[in-house]
Amino acid sequence: MTITSPAFAAWSLEEARVIIAPIANEPGPVLLCLQAVQERFGYVPADAVQLIAETCNVSRADVHGVLTFYADLRTTPPPPVPVRLCAAEACQAVGGRELKREWEARCSQSPDLAEATGGDEPVFCLGNCALAPAATVGGALMGRATAAALESRVRSILGETS
Amino acid sequence: MTVWFVPRDSAARSVGADEVAAALTAQGHSVVRTGSRGMLWMEPLVECLDDDGARIGWRNVRAADVTADGVNASFVGVVEDLDFLARQDRWIFQRVGITDPVDPEDYLAHGGMAGLRTALAMSPAEVVETVVESGLRGRGGAGFPAGIKWRTVAQTPARAHTGDPANAPVHKYICINADEGDSGTFADRMVMEGDPFELLEGMAIAAYAVGADRGIVYLRSEYPDAIATLNQAIEVARANGWLGTAILGSELAFDVEVRVGAGSYVCGEETAMLESIEGRRGMVRVKPPLPAIEGLFGTPTVINNVLTMASVPSILARGAAAYAALGTEKSQGTQVFQLAGNIAQGGIVECAFGISARELVFDFGAGTRSGRPVRAVQIGGPLGAYLPADKLDVAMGYETLAEAGGMIGHGGLVVFDDTVDMAAQARFAMEFCAEESCGKCTPCRIGSVRGVEVIDRIRQGEDAEANGELLRDLCELMTDGSLCAMGGLTPMPVLSALDNFPEDFAPSTGRG
Repeated sequence: MTITSPAFAAWSLEEARVIIAPIANEPGPVLLCLQAVQERFGYVPADAVQLIAETCNVSRADVHGVLTFYADLRTTPPPPVPVRLCAAEACQAVGGRELKREWEARCSQSPDLAEATGGDEPVFCLGNCALAPAATVGGALMGRATAAALESRVRSILGETS
Repeated sequence: MTVWFVPRDSAARSVGADEVAAALTAQGHSVVRTGSRGMLWMEPLVECLDDDGARIGWRNVRAADVTADGVNASFVGVVEDLDFLARQDRWIFQRVGITDPVDPEDYLAHGGMAGLRTALAMSPAEVVETVVESGLRGRGGAGFPAGIKWRTVAQTPARAHTGDPANAPVHKYICINADEGDSGTFADRMVMEGDPFELLEGMAIAAYAVGADRGIVYLRSEYPDAIATLNQAIEVARANGWLGTAILGSELAFDVEVRVGAGSYVCGEETAMLESIEGRRGMVRVKPPLPAIEGLFGTPTVINNVLTMASVPSILARGAAAYAALGTEKSQGTQVFQLAGNIAQGGIVECAFGISARELVFDFGAGTRSGRPVRAVQIGGPLGAYLPADKLDVAMGYETLAEAGGMIGHGGLVVFDDTVDMAAQARFAMEFCAEESCGKCTPCRIGSVRGVEVIDRIRQGEDAEANGELLRDLCELMTDGSLCAMGGLTPMPVLSALDNFPEDFAPSTGRG
């Protein structure tokens, strides 16, 4: 299995306009537009908020409200290899909290690791609760995760892409 | 040449199933990717056919175990004869782990589409009454009778989208809640990854029964494999006349699209889900109007959980009476229990309601993975109660668990050993509510923040008795005053921890 971190395009207002044009006619288009922009560019820049508001004929405040409600939507570019650790109960039952502490310790010792992964972004449940603790590295699910396995997966992805 | 069956389920992939499949292919073997059998501690579980045509398996296979002759790993024998599987009664999971999830021939060869064919030979009203008679109740947790909900939608005329001109086309929707956010649950995911046609068939039956033309599956973004598999299955279904116009040669016209969530737990609440599909913040709506009368875009809408809808094809194919005969008086049919957390044998157990939590945790689950004693089991997700080890004889059912001070929720059981700090778990329940509250009602939005603070003060020994009273008072207010189950049920894990494990809240014990 090849795990590659998702490649995102550099922000372009023109391209964003093309992407959201067909979606804007769907019923209830705002969230769909935000998701489409993030899928292409990795995040939702302020210019996109203005564009989506104009295209969908809603206020910027409406778009901003949706953008800030959902945990998935981000307003800054993502790290190259995002690491997400599950913070929910089934993972807590087998050392999820300890895994988070160990991972944070590794990241504080290795600034390159912290920079590449953005530290960690908590997530509530990845649906891998029988093989907990669960994590994702660059979007790929990992079961019975350990800090060492996380680091080795991150480094192998960085090695492949550099 | 031997054909090897390797799961493509994301849990199996998370422990190396893709690498095993690639190694088998590299050695010249033929590989079919299936769902997972749900014996997740055995993954990757790799199977092939023996001389008698039975599926035999090897567990915890690694890529390095693969040779030109097969695999060198722990042999488990005939997979269906394994105690864990043989003791189950699989209706929803009948094909999961056996078939290629996106192969239509495989689906038909294993009984697929029998339910829809049966339904199309009946009148829509007869289909609704069949579901009523089966006793099927909502598997998302609320337990509302599915057939009654369908009857309401069937009797409500289709309507144009809110805000559309008067002459706009009218619709009814079938909405599937696949926002499976409860920790300890993964059955929806495994159905969508392992037998997505079953869900689509159930939706088509519902569409025929209530007169709906559009279907939406609201699927959480944390499940990328399920999104991909379901989208692929929708394409295949359209190509085979299972979706679209003239379904199975009938006059039924119905199509399905997937809407992806955006990382919000409260969007699993049905009205917040509708808001999210309509593109807004996932804020809970006040009921009434009921979604069955005024739901998505203002149209009559059936909202069912994945497991509820995936039960429907078998109910039609095998008969309402056969289904209703299973389980208990008020909890009929099968439930898909999910064993998770600190459990030796974690996975899927589908069997009739009425089995005890103890049987699930010990007979199926074989106790903790750590080997330490079981101390607590949280049943029904983050809003469910923590039951101590001596209260696990409760029968699994909607009413029986409610009588025991808990709830069945979506059927997940999260096991904790004796190292768990129950005050920390109670605090987490409040913290989770504060994080995920939609913010519409005050008891949930503010109450959860205050709850964290009060639990912190109790744990620090600050006026423990008065603060304990305050916490109970706050929980009562959240239960009675919240708009939906998020704030209304958060007190359940908190109070069950406080009542069943009071020693953990005393600072002197040093557990905290």
